[in-house]
Amino acid sequence: MRKSLLALAAGLLLAGNVSAASAADKLKVGFIYLGPIGDLGWTYQHDLARQALVKELGEKIETTYLENVPEGPDAERSIEQLVRAGNKLIFTTSFGYMDPTQKVAKKYPNVHFEHATGYKRNPNMSTYSAKWYQGRYIQGLIAAKMSKSGVLGYIGSFPIPEVVSGINATMLAAQTINPNIKVKIIWANTWFDPGKEADAAKALIDQGADVIMQHTDSPAAMQIASERGKLAFGQDSEMIKFGPKTQLTSILDTWGPYYIERVKAELAGTWKSEDTWGGLDSHMFAMAPYTNMPDDVKKMAEDAQAAITAGKLHPFKCPIVGQDGKPVECKGGDHLDDGQILGMNFYVKGIDDKLPGK
Amino acid sequence: MQLVLEKRAERSGTIALVSPLIAIGLTILTMVILFAILGKNPLLALHAYFIAPLTDGYSLQEIAVKATPLVMIAIGLSLCYLANAWNIGAEGQFLIGAVAGSWIAVKTQGTDAGAWVLPAMLVLAAAAGALYALIPAICKVKFGASEILTSLMLVYVADLFLDYLVRGPWRDPHGFNFPTTAEFDPVATVPLLIEGGRLHLGSIIALLVVAAAAILLGRTIKGFEIRVVGAAPRAARFGGFNANQLIILTFAVSGALAGLAGIIEVAGPIGHLQPGISPGYGFTAIIVAFLGRLNPFGILIAGLFLALTFIGGEQAQIAMKIPLDVTKVFQGILLFYVLACDSLILYRFKLVFPNRQVTRGAG
Repeated sequence: MRKSLLALAAGLLLAGNVSAASAADKLKVGFIYLGPIGDLGWTYQHDLARQALVKELGEKIETTYLENVPEGPDAERSIEQLVRAGNKLIFTTSFGYMDPTQKVAKKYPNVHFEHATGYKRNPNMSTYSAKWYQGRYIQGLIAAKMSKSGVLGYIGSFPIPEVVSGINATMLAAQTINPNIKVKIIWANTWFDPGKEADAAKALIDQGADVIMQHTDSPAAMQIASERGKLAFGQDSEMIKFGPKTQLTSILDTWGPYYIERVKAELAGTWKSEDTWGGLDSHMFAMAPYTNMPDDVKKMAEDAQAAITAGKLHPFKCPIVGQDGKPVECKGGDHLDDGQILGMNFYVKGIDDKLPGK
Repeated sequence: MQLVLEKRAERSGTIALVSPLIAIGLTILTMVILFAILGKNPLLALHAYFIAPLTDGYSLQEIAVKATPLVMIAIGLSLCYLANAWNIGAEGQFLIGAVAGSWIAVKTQGTDAGAWVLPAMLVLAAAAGALYALIPAICKVKFGASEILTSLMLVYVADLFLDYLVRGPWRDPHGFNFPTTAEFDPVATVPLLIEGGRLHLGSIIALLVVAAAAILLGRTIKGFEIRVVGAAPRAARFGGFNANQLIILTFAVSGALAGLAGIIEVAGPIGHLQPGISPGYGFTAIIVAFLGRLNPFGILIAGLFLALTFIGGEQAQIAMKIPLDVTKVFQGILLFYVLACDSLILYRFKLVFPNRQVTRGAG
């Protein structure tokens, strides 16, 4: 008996591969993910970008990620673990990692950090984000054309400026097509919870919405819209396989080029703390193919995309009237300036809902 | 031939001592097989899990930080469970304690309030946790409501209450609408024990709690009462012990400890109030309480061990790309084996041969 146990143990040891390839000269790049890499949304897209990074620079770098890291007491430790494991450039890919990232960044001035969607920076901590509101504007145009009931359903995550500016951009666009368009908003209070997202989608459809848009990360809403024969927009990633007859388009997060650029800078020793906020023109995100719509709507969407990319059309073009009926100050000349959009804390006129916390 | 479980004449003291060790041994064996299936070297993986975190000061600190709330909550729960009172809602008491203590921190923010702030936060948090735990205790004593259900349901109430506060009245005005309070002032923050580290005063408090519980259970009449009421309710009644009073008392103490753990976590490692301050500490502490055999020192060791699996799991994820889910599987099978091995305290394995004629004598 003892012998056979020993043999079993030996066999198990041999089965395990001993591939601790020495990688002392490679640059170590770390990633902190909010969800599982299989969330098919936000985290999935970050991991696709990491894979693109490995494909491009795999000879010179080694990547490590920690997934499912909650935006709570564990985040700081997880980030510090990556530092201690020798990572010299660390991407923390959710807003809620802002304070933990900054704490660790102050502690390790020789390590560089890249924080997604936040606003706090250090000499060794950059921020990066995308102007998704541009994509939301295009979606608003399509939604208003495609909705028969004139009611859009919107699943919000948290009422932070990024999400609020998305809702406003959607409505400003939709109002150019149908001045009486309505939007129903449900706050899921989560980025990723397929159950809650599905419930929200059901509730919105029950309230008469026939086009569903979401600012949460899973394809659950797409699946519900598909079951109920409604239309929907994907989020973060290509979700067409969850609604082949449902998805109109989707805002695709395409972080790959940015990650490659930043890692190249790190390799070249030219990395600097920066604030990157890229739009359609800088390929920080892309639009999935326009599907399940007539050709004229598709044409309109493509024209709008081209105009925004060329800088000829700004979603927050003045004049903009707030929910209270008063005009919003126009700090950027003929449109709102970046600061107003990054700190957006109001609804535009025509949104029949109260912004939480207002 | 058949393998059956046979009830022992009396509980086996030896097995009671070694069963956690058998459980850990079986868990490690299962993990070795799991690692091998995943194509990872089991020895390296076990090293990353159990040895590497113990070899440097940084991860030792992190283990202590992680174990602090678990141990504090589990000590309180063990008192309840010993007295046969089933508090499942420590998570809620943890949250309410965090909320109550944060109230002082939020209200004194930016003022020149002095050194009284943190002690006041700790006291208020413990009081709030105790009061919150008294709701299910009183419902149980007065109306016979199941404390398991009521204490569990109150977790969600606490969770949503915290959610409301940080989205509404307590929201950081400069936080871009993100659901969090502003960072607490230094006077409202649990002091660090080591400059530049993360080990904080809470770990010392947890050790004091362990010592106090050991004295309470081992050296006082009250401790004796708790154990008798749980182990032999009839004898306790004949002895004139009031079981209802003990339910109230143990619930209040465990609520206070959970509340204290809550504010220490918020005013310590986190630094502000936000949703998701607890990755399920109140529930994990139930595992810790039983893994530690409801004994204060056992709980201390169990809390440190569970913290080790968290930290080790993270290091294994970094060093060997072992998925996080494996750590969760690991904790699950550990609890499974602990409970399974515990049955050996009251039962033993026996081989029986039902169909064979046993012949004796000349053959």
